[in-house]
Amino acid sequence: MTFEYAPALESRAIVSIAPSYGLFINGEFVDPTSGKMFKTINPATEEVLAEISEANQSDVNAAVNSARRAYDRIWSVMSGRDRAKYLFRIARLLQERAREFAVLETLDNGKPIRESRDIDVPLAAAHFFYYAGWADKLEYAGLGPNPAPLGVAGQIIPWNFPLLMLAWKLAPALACGNTVVLKPAETTSLTALLFAEICQQADLPPGVVNILTGAGDTGRRIVEHDGINKIAFTGSTEVGKSIQRALAGTNKKLTLELGGKAANIIFDDAPIDQAVEGIVDGIFFNQGHVCCAGSRLLLQESIAEETIEALKLRLQTLRLGDPLDKNTDIGAINSREQLDKIEELIKAGDAEGAERWTAPCELPKQGWWCAPTIFTNVTQAHRIAREEIFGPVLSVLTFRTPDEAVEKANNTPFGLSAGIWSEKGSRILWMANQLRAGVIWANTFNRFDPTSPFGGYKESGFGREGGIQGLSAYLQSANEGDDQARGTS
Amino acid sequence: MNDRVEVRKTYKLFIGGAFPRSESGRTYEVHDTDDKFLANAAKASRKDGRDAVLAARKGFAAWSSATAYNRGQVLYRVAEVMEGRRDQFITDVQAAEGLGDKKSARVVDSAIDRLVWYAGWADKYAQVLGNTNPVAGPYFNFTIPEPTGVVAAVAPQDSSLLGLVSVIAPTVVTGNALIVIASTKCPIPAITLTEVLATADVPAGVINVLTGDPAEIAPWLASHGDVNAIDLTGVTSQDLAKQLEIEAAGTVKRVRRPAQPNWLTTPDLGRLASFVETKTVWHPIGA
Repeated sequence: MTFEYAPALESRAIVSIAPSYGLFINGEFVDPTSGKMFKTINPATEEVLAEISEANQSDVNAAVNSARRAYDRIWSVMSGRDRAKYLFRIARLLQERAREFAVLETLDNGKPIRESRDIDVPLAAAHFFYYAGWADKLEYAGLGPNPAPLGVAGQIIPWNFPLLMLAWKLAPALACGNTVVLKPAETTSLTALLFAEICQQADLPPGVVNILTGAGDTGRRIVEHDGINKIAFTGSTEVGKSIQRALAGTNKKLTLELGGKAANIIFDDAPIDQAVEGIVDGIFFNQGHVCCAGSRLLLQESIAEETIEALKLRLQTLRLGDPLDKNTDIGAINSREQLDKIEELIKAGDAEGAERWTAPCELPKQGWWCAPTIFTNVTQAHRIAREEIFGPVLSVLTFRTPDEAVEKANNTPFGLSAGIWSEKGSRILWMANQLRAGVIWANTFNRFDPTSPFGGYKESGFGREGGIQGLSAYLQSANEGDDQARGTS
Repeated sequence: MNDRVEVRKTYKLFIGGAFPRSESGRTYEVHDTDDKFLANAAKASRKDGRDAVLAARKGFAAWSSATAYNRGQVLYRVAEVMEGRRDQFITDVQAAEGLGDKKSARVVDSAIDRLVWYAGWADKYAQVLGNTNPVAGPYFNFTIPEPTGVVAAVAPQDSSLLGLVSVIAPTVVTGNALIVIASTKCPIPAITLTEVLATADVPAGVINVLTGDPAEIAPWLASHGDVNAIDLTGVTSQDLAKQLEIEAAGTVKRVRRPAQPNWLTTPDLGRLASFVETKTVWHPIGA
């Protein structure tokens, strides 16, 4: 059964993209000292959207100095009440310009407008609104009276949720009184640069937020800069480990939000139709470019066939195509490089003997695309069951008993998230207790909220973003340095 | 005068609830602050470290699934048994740290009291560090702290008992299992403590105590794939601390950096919170 849809394109006229962008340092856009620029590309069309500056060492120095000045003279000494008001302004400005941000995010990232409009942008505003309210209540953060900010935070964010990750990083850091040097991912800088305009409209004091664009080399210079007190990184486990090594022997604090290989576990008493929706949300949301994606489906053996059939039927109704179309479910893969990585792992799945099924959908001629893909007959030793694919590829395994489900789910170096589908309350709570993961979704998947802490166990990183726990990543207790010289996290 | 020849003790490691010698067969001399020979302590090797990790992983399974009430009672029991051996600890600490009678007694009493303080946290810390979260949607959402897993620690070099207890108690009270390398030059109070642990209902493998050189053993623990976190409190060499942190990054271990606090001050929850993970659970609400 096929449904025909008339195209329902969101207009891109709402956003004006400049031909080129400078670096945002000390409240102003400045040219990079290197003069070097790189292109940012719409992954759905391969059209060049704009030229972006590449920050080098002297730009990093300038940004860190600007952040330090703003920290010493303004932001750390400002009352929490006033910091709160700036953050509330930012939340409101994001809401006012929400559609503009959503369209720009979809153009630069390739994600469906339905997701950028309904999830990324509203959640980003909500994060600022939530942490704004914390700024003058930090004595309730659990670190004792008069907790202190850390200083200048270097924040490095990924390309999968560009604006939302910016909000997760900036909002708690600023609420606690830190100033920031933030680097967006090189393929998705545009919403961060538009956010710089929001900082200007909010009259945020210059230097409180500095935004440096560039690739890994720029990130490394931020990590290694002596003027930085804290690094917060979201991205691959490989880069996270290299950052942890780089900070060894320094006094810099670190929080890491890294990769995942989440198990989404379906028991035989689960409502299958709801579970299928959860499986789809779990792995095909944002083209699977989600660190907490439910990329390993664990099906109880007795319902495996039935569930896979239902899932295949459901996937045939997903619409892949123009991300600006409001009917689109699956958008573009963010970059050629990422598509290559996904395709390499799909080949590995074939080569290692798993059985592949690909949703029958036509891929557009231009741009980078990957049809929803399911592998069955996957064993725990397969690469597609062990490595993070970060794409719309689901590996299906089976189990017989709850114990076996726990063992298989935990058999991974990662520990970011997990899903449980069952109608039995005691089993859900037992499973939630046994799973070694930071976020457990029971009878739901991929839900996010500013009040809800997010972050991983094991090699998925340390530290939390969101909720009251998110504050301790940017605060220290007043008596730190006595017994309480804290660790890296 | 009493001309009885005293029965001296063989000082061994404490791994998995047993008292083995080092598998390497090595020992090293321990002296008091006047340089008088006290004992030959076991000099733990890489292999002893690995054995301790295996024991700790087993201990973790039982200990982390014990009730908080039970963990609290076990730690309180450790304090009870220590109290019974108070004089021995005072003598040990005096010899190890060269303290006077009063100071030594104060340190031992503080160590016992610290255990009682942490024992009481067993069934409370989750209420202080956990919460429910008012998410904007029809979901019940709660956050709880859970133990990190197997933790390897380097105990303070100078504070051989109070510092040691202040490192052990906050780590194990939450359900972690621990491998701790005792003070190299004053290991005897730690070894006496192992005799307390063995008779205080602490399950085998929950606390493992190694004696020897941290520079030799700790790198193997910091790089071990089945260790989840390292506590570098007692590392005195900056180079070693850096090396251990680099090793730890291989499996993204949680790291607590070196510190030389005044152990007599009452701690806050920072140390306890260093070795817990935060788990958040969502479930829909609907009729």
